[in-house]
Amino acid sequence: MWQWFHKLGSPRWFYHISGKFLPWLALASVVLIVTGVVWGLAFAPQDARQGNSFRIIYIHVPASFLALAGYYVMAAAGAVGMIWKMKLADMVMVAAAPLGAALTFIALFTGAVWGKPTWGTYWIWDARITSMLVLLFLYIGIIALSRSFSTRETSARACAILALVGTVNIPIIYKSVDWWYTLHQPATIKMTGAPSMHPDMFKPLLVMILGFYCFYALVLLLNTRTEILLRESRTTWVKELAEPK
Amino acid sequence: MKPARKQRLLIVVFIVVIAALVVGLLSYALRENINLFYTPSQVAAGEAPTNAQIRVGGMVVVDSLQRASDSLDSTFLVTDGTATLLIHYSGILPDLFAEDEAAVATGALGDDGVFVAQQVLAKHDEEYTPPEVADAMQQAKDKKAKAASATTKQTDINPENTPKAAY
Repeated sequence: MWQWFHKLGSPRWFYHISGKFLPWLALASVVLIVTGVVWGLAFAPQDARQGNSFRIIYIHVPASFLALAGYYVMAAAGAVGMIWKMKLADMVMVAAAPLGAALTFIALFTGAVWGKPTWGTYWIWDARITSMLVLLFLYIGIIALSRSFSTRETSARACAILALVGTVNIPIIYKSVDWWYTLHQPATIKMTGAPSMHPDMFKPLLVMILGFYCFYALVLLLNTRTEILLRESRTTWVKELAEPK
Repeated sequence: MKPARKQRLLIVVFIVVIAALVVGLLSYALRENINLFYTPSQVAAGEAPTNAQIRVGGMVVVDSLQRASDSLDSTFLVTDGTATLLIHYSGILPDLFAEDEAAVATGALGDDGVFVAQQVLAKHDEEYTPPEVADAMQQAKDKKAKAASATTKQTDINPENTPKAAY
C-alpha cells in the first residue's frame, strides 16, 4: 500500500496515469451534465409555489456541494503535503483553490438570483450565506497566499495551515441552517431519510450532482497536470514530452 | 510512520482541533447574534429589544393578513406555535409571501408590542412539489376540511330542526 502511495507522489507517474482517466471523466461529465440540464430545465415539472425559478437549484445545489467537498480535497491535500512533504499533494492543493473559488462564486451568485424572486432580496447576512462568503474568501486567500512566497516550501506550508484552519467552516456552512435561525431553508437532500422534493424533480438533480462530481474531478486533474508541467518544466521527461515527435 | 512525520501529523491535528475550538467557542458566545431573527416567543418573553432595528420571523397565521384598500399598508400575525406577534408593514409584500408560510420582517418593536416592519421577506421551505401534486394535496386537504365542516354543520342543523319538529 505504501509503495502505491509513494508512487502516487511522483508527479511523472501521476501525469501519465491521470492522462488515461481524462477522456472518461470528460465523457461522463458531458453526458451527465447535458442530460441533467435538459431534464431539469425542460422536462422536470415546475414548482407549485416558485414556478420556473426553482430550476436554478440544478446549478446552485451541485455547485454548493462541490464547493464544500472541494474544500476538504484541498485541505486533505494540504495535510498530506505537510506530513509527507509530498510535492504532488501541494500541487493538488494549489490546483483545487481556483476551482473551489469558482464553484463557491457560482453558488453565491445563483443563490442571489434565486433569492430576489423568492425571498424578496438578493442578499441577507444570515449564517448560511455569510459562512459561504467566508468560504469564498478562504479560497481566494489560499490563491493569494500560494503566490506570495518566493520559495515553494514556505508557500506550501502557509497554504496548508490556512486550508486546515478553514476546514472548521465546512461543517458550519452545512449545519448553519439547523443550528441558527436563518432565511435560507434547511437542506432538501437529507443524509438520512427521503429528500423533501418530488422524485420527478429530484432525479435530474441527482444526475447534475453526479455530473458536477465528474466535472470537478476532470478540472482538478487538468489543473494539477498544468501545475506539474509548470513546476517540472526543467526535468527531462517534461522536455521530452514537449518535443515534437 | 517515521517520528518526524508523526510529529507533523500531530501538528496538523493540533491546528484543526484548536481552530475548531476557537470557532466553536466564538460562535457559542455569539449565538444570539448569529440568529437572523427573533421568534414571537422570544419577543413575548421580552428578550427582543424595543425601538431598535431587529428582525422577527415566524409562520404567517392563516386569515390574519389584512390589506388596506387605499394604501400599501398591511397587517398580519406571525407565530412560532406558542406566541403570536402583530406586524404592521407599509410596502409591497414579496410574491411568495403567503399565509401559512414563513416570513422574516426587519423593523422595530414598539412599546405597544406591535412590530413595525420596513422590509418583509418570504422564507421559503425546503419542500419542492409540482403544481399537480400540490393541487391534489390541497384538494385532499379541502375535502377533509369539508367533511369536517359537514359534520359540524349537521350538528348545527340538528338543533334548528328540533324546534321545527316541536312545532
